[in-house]
Amino acid sequence: MNDTASRSVGAVAPQRAGFLEPLILKAGKTLASYELVYETYGTLNAARSNAVLVCHALSGSHHVAGYYADDPRKVGWWDNLVGPGKPIDTERFFVIGVNNIGGCHGSTGPGSIDRATGQPYGASFPVVTVEDWVVSQARLMDRLGIERLAAAVGGSLGAMQAMQWTLSFPDRIAHALVIAAAPRLSTQNIAFNDVARQAIVSDPDFHGGNFYAHKAIPARGLKLARMLGHITYLSEDLLMEKFGRVLKRDEYGFNYEVEFEIESYLRYQGDKFAQVFDANTYLLMTKALDYFDPANETGGNLARALSLAKAGFFVASFKSDWRFPPERSREIVKALVASNRDVSYAEIDAPHGHDAFLLDNPHYHQLVAAYMDRVAMEVGAGRRATPLALAAGELEEMRGYAGRGEPREGA
Amino acid sequence: MQRYDFELIASWIPERSRVLDLGCGDGVLLAGLAATHGVKGYGIEIDDANLLASVKNGINVVQSDIEEGLASFGDGAFDFVILSQTLQAMRDAERVLNEMLRVGREGIVTFPNFGYWRHRLDILQGHMPVSKTLPHDWWNTPNIHLCTVKDFESLCAKVGAEILDERVIHDGKTVRVLPNLRGSLGVFRFRRR
Repeated sequence: MNDTASRSVGAVAPQRAGFLEPLILKAGKTLASYELVYETYGTLNAARSNAVLVCHALSGSHHVAGYYADDPRKVGWWDNLVGPGKPIDTERFFVIGVNNIGGCHGSTGPGSIDRATGQPYGASFPVVTVEDWVVSQARLMDRLGIERLAAAVGGSLGAMQAMQWTLSFPDRIAHALVIAAAPRLSTQNIAFNDVARQAIVSDPDFHGGNFYAHKAIPARGLKLARMLGHITYLSEDLLMEKFGRVLKRDEYGFNYEVEFEIESYLRYQGDKFAQVFDANTYLLMTKALDYFDPANETGGNLARALSLAKAGFFVASFKSDWRFPPERSREIVKALVASNRDVSYAEIDAPHGHDAFLLDNPHYHQLVAAYMDRVAMEVGAGRRATPLALAAGELEEMRGYAGRGEPREGA
Repeated sequence: MQRYDFELIASWIPERSRVLDLGCGDGVLLAGLAATHGVKGYGIEIDDANLLASVKNGINVVQSDIEEGLASFGDGAFDFVILSQTLQAMRDAERVLNEMLRVGREGIVTFPNFGYWRHRLDILQGHMPVSKTLPHDWWNTPNIHLCTVKDFESLCAKVGAEILDERVIHDGKTVRVLPNLRGSLGVFRFRRR
C-alpha cells in the first residue's frame, strides 16, 4: 500500500522486560528467569482492546517497524505492513514486536550470560518450542496490561506462533493472521533444516555450541546454513529471472572459483548473515519449526486440534512458495472449516516464493488491510482514515481529532 | 446490486442456517444473510478482486476453484449450498451438483435460462444469444454449459435430486405461464432423494 498517506512509525527504541517467574518449557526444562526485548508502535486505547502482536520468523526480531535514531538504515523487517495508514495501521492499533526467547537480538538466548554460571549458556540453553514462546509472549502482554489481543500476526514460523496463540490462549486472542504457514513441517522441510544444522555443528569453530568461550564463531557453518535456507525462501523462477546463468567474468574459468552471479549472491548473503546471527539460535529456531505440530496432540487430527480455537482466522499463502506451498495452508483452512471456525483464505499470485510474505504486493496488502479493518471494527479500534479520498489537510485534522480521545497508555 | 434471485434465496433459508455459497462474488448474499438471518457460512471464490470485496464485506471467504474446493467440505456440513449463476461456467456440472448434494442438506441453484424466448429468437436469427442474464459474446463467455429449465430438471432427475421449489423469473417477477419460454433466470431448490 504505497499510498501517499502511509508513513513510517518513525524513530523507535527497543524496550526490555525482565521475568523472574520461571518458564517451564515443553522440553521439561525450566528457564529460571529471562528477559524479553520488544518494541511497540501506536497507542493502547482506553479499553486496551487494540493490541496486535507481530511474531517473527526464523531470523526476525522485535524490530518490526520504524528505524533507530542512531541507525536510520536499520528499518524494521515488516515496515511495509506496519505503520500509520499501512495495512496494520498504527493509528488504530497498538502493535507489539518481541524478540523470542532463544533469539539473538537481545532477549535471553544461548549467547546470554547464565546467571547460575556467569558464562554464556551456549550448548546448555534449552530447546524452546513455539508453545513456550507463546507463553512468554502472553506474560509480556500481562506486563503491558493487555488481557486480550485484537490479533496476532505472523509469517512462516511467526504464523505458527499466531496459530498457537489461538490454541494456548483461546480467550485471549480475537484474530490470527496466519501467512505463508504450514500446520507442521513436511519431511522435506525437516530434511532441509537438518542439513542446515549439520553445516553448523560440523564447523570446527562450533565447539559443541560453546564457541563463545573459545572466542570463535562457526561462521562457515552458519553461512552454509543460510545459503541453503535462502534458496528455499525464493522461487526458482525468481532466481532464474534475477540471476539467470550470468557470469561474473566473460567466460567459463573451468575452475572452482565463484563464477555464476548466483554463487556470488548466495555467498554474500551467507557471509552477511553469519556476522550478525547466532549459530545456536539458528539451531534452536529450526528445531522449533520441526517440533511445531498442533495435531500431534490429537492423533494427527488437525481439525480437532484447531477446534480449541475461538479466534477468527485470516490465512494467506503464495502460489510460488515451495517451502510452505499453498497446499499446506489449505490443510489449515480445511481443518478450520471442519471445526466450524471463522476463516478467510487467500492464495496470492506473487512470484517471489516464501519470502513474498515480507515483500510489497498490492493485492496481499489490500487483503491484510481489509481484514484488519474488520478486526478494528470488532474490537473498537476506530476507523481507517481513507487517505486517498481526503486532502492532506483534512487527514491531519482527522488524525488530530482521533488522537484526542485516546489516552497514551503504551508501555 | 439488487438481485431478485437473492431475495428468493433469502426467503427459503431459515434463521441461523449453515450456508456455503459457491462462487460468492463480492459476498453480498452471505453478508446479507448473515445480517438478516444470522446465518453462518463460507463463500468460495476464485477471482482476486471478488475475494478482496468479500473480505471487505466481512464474510468468511475461501479462495478456491469450486470444483476442487468442494472436496474440502465434509458430508452434510451445511444446511444449504448455493450456486448462484455459476453452474453454467462449471466444467463438470453434474459432478458439482452431486457434490452439492453430498455437502449440503439442500441445494439452491440459479442459472440463466437458455430457453428464454429472446435467446431462442437470437438463435433463430442465426446468432448466439446476448442478454441481461447472458451478457457475454460467444468468444469471451465463461459460460460453457448452458441449459434450459427443462434441461436442468432432467439433470436433477439423473443425479437423484428431488426438486423442492422451482421458479423461473424475469425482471424480478416469477413467471407462471410458459416459464421456460418467458423466464430468463431459473431458481431451483432441491435435496437428495
